[in-house]
Amino acid sequence: MEKILVLVHTDEGGVLPRAALETVAAARSLTGDFTIGVFGEKAGASIGSLAVEGEAFSAPRYATDAAACEAIVRKAGATLVLAPNTFRMARCLPGVAARLNGAVDTHAVAVSHDTEAVTVTRWFYRQRMEGTLAREARPWFILIEPGAYEAAEASLAAAVEVLPVEATTRTTHVGYVSPESGEQTIRPDARLLFVAGAGWTKKQADGAVHTDEAGELILGFVRTAQSSLGSSKSLVDLSGEGQTVLPFLTHLHQVGQTGSTPRHRKGLATCCHGEEPHVVGWRFINERRAVNLDPNCGWARGKADVLYVADAFEVMRELNRLI
Amino acid sequence: MSFEIIVCGGLAPDPLQTLEPVPGPALKNEMMLPAVFDPWAAHALYEAAHLAAQMPGSRLRVVCLAPKAKLQQVMMKMAQKLPFELIPLDGPSNGFSDAGPTSEALAGAIQALPDVDISRLLVFGGWESATRGAGVVMQMVGERLGITEQFLAVDEVKVDAGALVIKERVEGGQHMVSRCAGPPAVLAWATGSLPEPPNHPQTGMANMRTMMPALQKAAAVAPANGVAYHEVALPKVQRETRIVKDLSAAEIARELATWVKE
Ligand SMILES: Cc1cc2nc3c(=O)[nH]c(=O)nc-3n(C[C@H](O)[C@H](O)[C@H](O)COP(=O)(O)OP(=O)(O)OC[C@H]3O[C@@H](n4cnc5c(N)ncnc54)[C@H](O)[C@@H]3O)c2cc1C
Repeated sequence: MEKILVLVHTDEGGVLPRAALETVAAARSLTGDFTIGVFGEKAGASIGSLAVEGEAFSAPRYATDAAACEAIVRKAGATLVLAPNTFRMARCLPGVAARLNGAVDTHAVAVSHDTEAVTVTRWFYRQRMEGTLAREARPWFILIEPGAYEAAEASLAAAVEVLPVEATTRTTHVGYVSPESGEQTIRPDARLLFVAGAGWTKKQADGAVHTDEAGELILGFVRTAQSSLGSSKSLVDLSGEGQTVLPFLTHLHQVGQTGSTPRHRKGLATCCHGEEPHVVGWRFINERRAVNLDPNCGWARGKADVLYVADAFEVMRELNRLI
Repeated sequence: MSFEIIVCGGLAPDPLQTLEPVPGPALKNEMMLPAVFDPWAAHALYEAAHLAAQMPGSRLRVVCLAPKAKLQQVMMKMAQKLPFELIPLDGPSNGFSDAGPTSEALAGAIQALPDVDISRLLVFGGWESATRGAGVVMQMVGERLGITEQFLAVDEVKVDAGALVIKERVEGGQHMVSRCAGPPAVLAWATGSLPEPPNHPQTGMANMRTMMPALQKAAAVAPANGVAYHEVALPKVQRETRIVKDLSAAEIARELATWVKE
C-alpha cells in the first residue's frame, strides 16, 4: 500500500500556483487517501495538513526548499510523492530524492495505479517518444507537468501541523526581472501560440529585407490577439551574430528541442520551416496551422493541420486588419 | 579569485535524425546515429570557458559519461571550440538510462579527482538533457557532493565582490535573481547568452594531446537501471496536412481570423 503525499509550495503572498491544484487532481485520480504538505509563504494557512513556513522558506532557494521538503516527506512517511513540475520544485526535489535514497521522475503527463503498480507516463528525446514506466525505489517523487490535469478544488486544511525546520544557506533571494526589451513570451492563459521564424528577416521577393515591418506585424498580432509569442532557434540566434533582427526576441522565446514546449490549444507558425528540432516543441499544441512560401516545408509533412502556401507579410497585414 | 569549474555533459543524437524506439527500450541503430554534445550542456561549457577566462588561474574540466567510441567522435569537434580537460567515463548514455545512477557515476568521478579544491568548485551542466529530458542529474550530483547552493535553468552568472549573482529562468518568461556568497555551487544551465564558439584547429590539436590518452584509459561504468519500462512508442497521431495553395492572402486571413476566434 502506497503512502501518498501531495507536496506543493505557495508563491509570493501565499498564493498556490495552479499547477499545485492540478497535482491534487492527479492524486485524486489514484486509489487511496493522501496527505498534503505545503511549504513557502503562509504555508500554514493553506490546503496542507503538514506545513513548513517562515521567513527563511518564503523565497525559492535550493537549500531551504530542500530542507522543507525533506522534513515534510519524512514526517508523512511517504512512499509516493506527487508534486507540480514548477521551476521551484524541479530545482529542489531531485536533490531531496537523492538525499532520501529514492527516485524521481519529472514532466509526468499521467500517473496511474492499477492493481500491480503505479506507472508514470512521460516523454523522451524532447517529446519525440512517449513511455510508461514503473519503479521499485521509494520514496518515488513524481513531478506532474503543468496542464496535464484539470485543476481540482481544495479547501483549507482544518488542522495544520507546522514542522520546525532548520536550514542554512549562503544564497539570498534578490528578486525577479523581465528580460531586457523582451516582449511577452509564453502567456499560460493564452489560447494561441504565435511563432515567428527566421523567414521574417530574409530577403523577400523585392530583393530587400523588411524587418521593421515584420516587427510591427508580429507585435501587432500578438498584442491584439493576446497570444503567446514563440520563435525558432534560427531567429533568436541571429541576434548573437549581429544581423538585422527583431530586437524584442530573446532565447526565452525559443520553442523546440533546446527551447520550450508550451501548452496551448492552437498554434500559428509564420516564416518558420517546421524542422523537427523546432516542431518537437509543439507537442502540446493541439491545432496547428502554418503560413510558409514553401509547399515542401516541414509543416507540409504531417506536422500541421493546415499549411497555407503564401507570403506571411501579406497574410498578416490582412489578418491584423480583421482581428 | 579563481574557480575549479567542472562541467557535466552527455551526448545526444543529432536532432535532425529520425528516432525510433526498439524493445529494450533503446533507439533503433543507436550506435550508428551521429551524436552531438548535449545542447544545454554545451551552453554550460561555453559559459564555463567564458567565466574561466575572466578569472585567471581557473581550471576547466568536463566529465562526460557516454559510449567511448561516440565520445571520441564528438570530442574531435568539441575540442576545437575551447581549451578544456576531459574526464571520460565509458558507459551508456541515452534517454532510457536512469538519472539517479548516472548522477552517482558523475559524482564518483568528481570525488575521485585527486586535486579538486571544493571551496573553489563550481559544478556546471545543462539543466535538462536532450535524451531523458528530466532535469534531475545536476541536483543529484550536487547532493552527492554535499553542495546545497544549487541553481536551475541558469541564463547568467556574474561575479561581484566574490559573490555569484545568478539569473535563473522561472515561470512567466521571467528571471529570478539570487546572490550566492561564493563556491561551492551547482549551476545547471539553460541557454545562457554566448554563441557557439567557432572552430579553432590549434586548440583542437592541443586538447586532443591530453584527450586521446584519457579516452583510451576511460573507466567503464555500468550504472544500475531502476526503471521498468512498460511501453515506449512514437506518438500515434500523424496529422493529415491540408495544403492550401490557391487562396489569396485576404482569403487566408479571413479563414485564420475565424479560426483564431473560435
Ligand atoms: C542541437 C540543435 C538544437 C536545435 N534546437 C532547436 C530549437 O530548440 N528550436 C528551433 O526552432 N530550432 C532548433 N534547431 C534548429 C532547427 O534545426 C532549424 O534550423 C530551425 O528551427 C530553423 O528555423 P526557421 O524555420 O525559423 O528558419 P529557416 O530554416 O531559415 O526557415 C525560414 C522559413 O521562412 C520561410 N519564409 C521566408 N520568407 C517568407 C515569407 N515572406 N512568407 C512565408 N514564409 C517565408 C521560408 O520558406 C522558410 O521555410 C536546433 C538545431 C540543432 C542542431
